[in-house]
Amino acid sequence: MRLIRFVPTGTRIDFMRWRRMAGMASAVLVTLSIVLFLGVGLNYGIDFRGGILIEIRTEGPADIGQLRSELSTLDLGEVELQEFGEPTDVLIRIERQAGEEREQLKAVEVVKEALGPGVDYRRVEFVGPKVGAELIEAGITAVLLALAAMLIYIWFRFEWQFGVGAVVALMHDVILTIGVFSLLGLEFNLSTVAAVLTIAGYSINDTVVIYDRVRENLRKYKTLPLDDLLNLSVNDTLSRTILTSVTTLLALLCLFFFGGQVIKGFSFAMIWGVIVGTYSSIWVAVPLLVYMKLKRGGLIVGEVDDDRPAGS
Amino acid sequence: MIYFAKWKIVLIAVVCALGIVYAAPNAVDRGTLEGIPDGLPNKQISLGLDLQGGSHLLLEVEVDAVIRERLVALVDAARTELRRSRIGYQGLGVQGQGIAFTVRDPGKLEEARRIARQLETGTEVTVSGNRFAITLIEQTVRDVKTSAVNQSIEIVRRRIDETGVREPAIQRQGADRILVQLPGVKDPERIKRLLGKTAKMNFRLVDQSMSAEQARRGRPPPGSELLPADNEIGPDGQPVQYLVRKRVMVSGDTLVDAQPTVQDAQPVVSFRFDAVGARRFGDTTRRNVGRPFAIVLDGKVISAPVIREPILGGSGIISGNFTVQSARDLALLLRAGALPAPLTVLEERTVGPGMGADSIRAGKIASVLAIVLVIVFMAAVYGVFGLMACIALTLNMILIGAALSLLQATLTLPGIAGIVLTIGMAVDANVLIFERIREEQRNGRTPISAIDAGYQRALTTIIDANLTTFIAAVLLFQFGSGPIKGFAVTLAIGLLTSMFTAIMVTRLMVVTWLRRRRPQVLPL
Repeated sequence: MRLIRFVPTGTRIDFMRWRRMAGMASAVLVTLSIVLFLGVGLNYGIDFRGGILIEIRTEGPADIGQLRSELSTLDLGEVELQEFGEPTDVLIRIERQAGEEREQLKAVEVVKEALGPGVDYRRVEFVGPKVGAELIEAGITAVLLALAAMLIYIWFRFEWQFGVGAVVALMHDVILTIGVFSLLGLEFNLSTVAAVLTIAGYSINDTVVIYDRVRENLRKYKTLPLDDLLNLSVNDTLSRTILTSVTTLLALLCLFFFGGQVIKGFSFAMIWGVIVGTYSSIWVAVPLLVYMKLKRGGLIVGEVDDDRPAGS
Repeated sequence: MIYFAKWKIVLIAVVCALGIVYAAPNAVDRGTLEGIPDGLPNKQISLGLDLQGGSHLLLEVEVDAVIRERLVALVDAARTELRRSRIGYQGLGVQGQGIAFTVRDPGKLEEARRIARQLETGTEVTVSGNRFAITLIEQTVRDVKTSAVNQSIEIVRRRIDETGVREPAIQRQGADRILVQLPGVKDPERIKRLLGKTAKMNFRLVDQSMSAEQARRGRPPPGSELLPADNEIGPDGQPVQYLVRKRVMVSGDTLVDAQPTVQDAQPVVSFRFDAVGARRFGDTTRRNVGRPFAIVLDGKVISAPVIREPILGGSGIISGNFTVQSARDLALLLRAGALPAPLTVLEERTVGPGMGADSIRAGKIASVLAIVLVIVFMAAVYGVFGLMACIALTLNMILIGAALSLLQATLTLPGIAGIVLTIGMAVDANVLIFERIREEQRNGRTPISAIDAGYQRALTTIIDANLTTFIAAVLLFQFGSGPIKGFAVTLAIGLLTSMFTAIMVTRLMVVTWLRRRRPQVLPL
């Protein structure tokens, strides 16, 4: 059986030639994401904003218009209705009620009364204002600590330049993910935070593999120009980079299409994160090494076997 | 060196065998499992509420209310003591975490100081001029709060047990919170209603010195207060009000039993006192025949019947405008006892059983499809080596199942997402190794030396790459809440098992294959 080769043997793509262009593109996208985040903001789910989410299943196809007019008479402020996966399923979002937790609970009861006994409550979630604020704090803490912990780990295992490069690439991915959530108005909730952290893990993972090769090649080829050396390292690992991205994407696409409506947002964030993470490992993390005056040759004497063609 | 130490082979075999044995219970239905004795693996993965359906409630004990109550009692005690010793005072009231008052007569400062010291233990008395402050010390405040939360947990447990919910989980969370998980509960409204009442009940006399109407227009006499009726609407559309003495005749905590029954075709609640309560109730009813008394629950009057004759048997009946359900609920609340402080529901997440089943089905389809796609893909790219990686992947899934069953970690919907993600990422280690082997072979190494070098060189990369993701998973577990924790658990377990299967298991397979075939060129 002939095996499939995604990357032909001896591929030597000059990645570093597009370094500037990629850098510009990333800078523009990151700026856009920040502008979107500050200007438009995120569509926070009830986890963070507090409020009520009810998913119901009606017997026949749901008449959203009628449901809306029924619920709008209840004086609950902004009520948002949306078909959810199936024509019989409706997602009802009710904004946080004025007052304390008690007021929120009352709203749930009022809605249940108005909808009557004919509907099946598939999911009722209520997050009080107090918990919402704490969840935001916990989410931000988790992301920041994860970034710091990874930076420290890479610092230990590599030179500091690698740590900085990896974390910049990581932040690039996280910011672009937040940007796309803001752009598309997708709901940003607890599982999105989990997705962002997993993206962080994946992105670092991807970067570390290439950096490992850079470090190895630095010991091997002491005189090769840095640009060539980086190109060589990216090409050496290109096949792996693509294969792993493909298998991960395959699994995530299964999750996106068949995993159910509830984790669609999560899967979407992850798919986007894998694509962006793969891009940033090659075009953000690696080129950054050029600008940070990487130590060449020097102290660490590794095995030197120049039995392969040097450079491109 | 494609030598494999004997102990390593044994270790791999043992881990795999244990994995299969511990994962096995998940393949049989629950009924069969109950026959298996405890020593053997008989645990299935426990499903989170989002998968099996149920209700998750996060409650907060309003501990400040307990402190406040305590301070009001302290004010009362101070008033009584000062009056009894005939010490003139003014400005007596609650101040911060304590109470304060000013003594009028400077000659009585010493006596007032003695009284203040003896009033209550766990307090600190400070005097500036003739102004006294009695403050609860930190330790007392902490103790009061802790015991209020512990007591609340106990009462919540009793109330929920009384409703017949199976296997509820009730845990303390943080300083003043209670996490209640109710598997299988579809509509938690009744339970929320039951938990929303402190259910402090007492019996008091109705003040007949003036009518409630007069008291409302003027001022209630000292020692009495106006209380609304629980379920009785007056002609003006407002709840009827009663003028009730503040002094408690008999308190509800002397009740030993309460049951819903029917009297004259009306749902009522019958109750029974303990010895102390029975004697007090007997005494008061004997002295007040012909007068009405009020049954007060959480500051509302349930009913105010007239005492027709002394009630000496220690039991009685509460009638009010009850429905069958509300009589049953009141009886339940009285049996379970009063909460020391009100509870607030901070967070609720309820998932219906249909939804949970759908999520499990969707998760299964996604996982199986992901495994099949990854297997096909790996076989197409790496041939026989790819198949070995896929056997390892399948084994990895079994090990995750075993670990989840063994640790009794909860599998949630995001947890399933974590598993599917692991399917995609687990082959990464093998991809790294195989790519390295290809490269080494291209550089002119023999199959054996290429495989050896491939494994050796890829190892550091694999560890670096997996450890970073592992760090993220650990932090997620530490700071994530609820369902996110489930995701972190499966992700972390998946990382560990995938490193084991990728590094150890596929290596053993590759080496065994190499020994048998002795190929000149690796089909890679």
